Amino acid sequence: MKRLALCLALAALPASAEGERVLSIGGSVTEIVYALGEDHRLVARDTTSVWPPAALALPDVGYMRALAPEGVLSVAPDLIIAEDGSGPPETLDVLRAAQVEYVTVPDGFDRPAVRAKIEAVADALGVPERGARLADRVDAELAAAAEIETPGPKRVLFILSTQDGRITAAGTDTAADGIITLAGAENALTGFEGYKPVSAEAIGAAAPDVILMMDRREGHAVSDADLFAMPAIAATPAAQGENVVRIDGLLLLGFGPRTPEAVTRLNAALYGERS
Amino acid sequence: MAAWSFTAVWASPGGDRQHRARAVFAGLVAVTVLVGLASLNVGATDTPALGTLLALLSGEVVELRARIVLLDIRLPRLAMGLLVGAALAVSGAVMQGLFRNPLADPGLVGVGAGASLGAISAIVLAGLLPAWAIGWTGSYTVALAAFAGGWATTLLLYRVSTRHGRTSVAVMLLAGIALAALAGAASGVLVYMADDAQLRSLTFWGLGSLAGATWAKVLAAAPLILITIFAAPFLARGLNALALGEATAGHLGIPVQRVKRAAILLVAGATGAAVAVSGGIGFIGIVVPHLLRLLIGPDHRFLLPCAALLGGTLLVAADMVSRTVVAPAELPIGIVTALLGGPVFLYILLRSRGVLDM
Repeated sequence: MKRLALCLALAALPASAEGERVLSIGGSVTEIVYALGEDHRLVARDTTSVWPPAALALPDVGYMRALAPEGVLSVAPDLIIAEDGSGPPETLDVLRAAQVEYVTVPDGFDRPAVRAKIEAVADALGVPERGARLADRVDAELAAAAEIETPGPKRVLFILSTQDGRITAAGTDTAADGIITLAGAENALTGFEGYKPVSAEAIGAAAPDVILMMDRREGHAVSDADLFAMPAIAATPAAQGENVVRIDGLLLLGFGPRTPEAVTRLNAALYGERS
Repeated sequence: MAAWSFTAVWASPGGDRQHRARAVFAGLVAVTVLVGLASLNVGATDTPALGTLLALLSGEVVELRARIVLLDIRLPRLAMGLLVGAALAVSGAVMQGLFRNPLADPGLVGVGAGASLGAISAIVLAGLLPAWAIGWTGSYTVALAAFAGGWATTLLLYRVSTRHGRTSVAVMLLAGIALAALAGAASGVLVYMADDAQLRSLTFWGLGSLAGATWAKVLAAAPLILITIFAAPFLARGLNALALGEATAGHLGIPVQRVKRAAILLVAGATGAAVAVSGGIGFIGIVVPHLLRLLIGPDHRFLLPCAALLGGTLLVAADMVSRTVVAPAELPIGIVTALLGGPVFLYILLRSRGVLDM
């Protein structure tokens, strides 16, 4: 840290202290920075950082996996906090050469992962105590939200897209799988990892009780009627009961401070409001 | 097909073509220098290129980030833009001459599809590679695999279409389509296997970009591309003669077989290297030779050097647009080349219908 500060001083940068100008890469990282109350240090964000709405006022340096080195340097960050998988590697090499501190935040789709993310961001910002408090609070909320009595877990099919009648759905090891599990349900598709196009028959065989989708803006979303009319879906219990749940994508899949809210909302949508 | 053929356009009225070609070449040199300087001067950060460069040369202390922006971001990017653009344009011109088909581009002989397959394999199967292989190739694994894929396809194609020492251009064309389809199918399998993060990397690789330009990549791609740029004009006489048909070219004393082999190898080298470092950048290879033929006629002696300059300049100009319009973010350059070049190309085509309608 001392050497870095020295270098920065020698380079005669306008920054007065280390980590004063923070660039946040990744929707959940940005949410955590705001939740920690450190948003006054943010100078820019990436395209996936769309919550809270105040973040939209910050300059956008591009998509987290396709960052351009000069674009990133143009906002003169001292500290970059980035979700795992940000890049490309060539850009990160240049940023290292420019002596910008770069912290990678681990990704994951369960309760411990949310805690680890919050703590990693708080450590990078130099506010570990506040991070521990936020992590404790979110973890407690998650524990409460996940304490659900269910008559038997519902089978949920997460559909990422229905482009041209081809359904791309979530398998295991995805954020969708993680949130479904936390909400006390089970992923109807477990035969593969990641988000994959799946056949109509596989969906029929999976027999989901509920379909879960990201909430898109008007005009981009497939209507309920069109959805349930798709041959793949028409025969499922979900179509017969017309059970579809739509939740904002970043809230649902972000695995950040709002995840307890996502769990509660999904759980309520699946099993009805609990008193 | 004879629309732009050697005799047709050469015989068309247009004054002293040779003189005109020299003037266009000189003009292109000037434009290349100007566009190059401009591209060093613009970017997301306001780093004045000349001032910083002069300060560096005179040994003054220059702020670290200004130095990195100029020396490690903009300069390699300019070099890579010039090299890749030149490689694509020259390769396109050579292919169109070789196949006597104005639609030919390096994609036709499967270099593009093979290189894509290589890159996709590297992205998707990286987890299966032993750690030492990843460590050895570092962040160039994808580029190396793309290059190997491009070359492997080209060599295979050459083997398939050569019999008793004679290469059939027609077989090569058809086999190229077949191999491209095969490579495409294999890529499809890999895309299906890819996980979410890999898919996104694939998408961005496919769109092409100069954002990943580093000196190491420039140095890796430069030899093959420079060899092609400087060697291709030696094929000019042969390509000019081929426009009259293979038999005629042979009677004119052109070593047709050697010209074909050299053309294929040069194109594979240059395109493989270009695709490897920049991903799939379309459009330049087809459009630049066409523009030049309309300007200076189809003589490959002038066409090939001019294509190198115009291809490089156009790509650098497109890159300037791609990194400034949505700064600090960037547009993928393939989008820019198509958006800017498409309408201009159509306009010029429509204006020059007199030449093309013959």
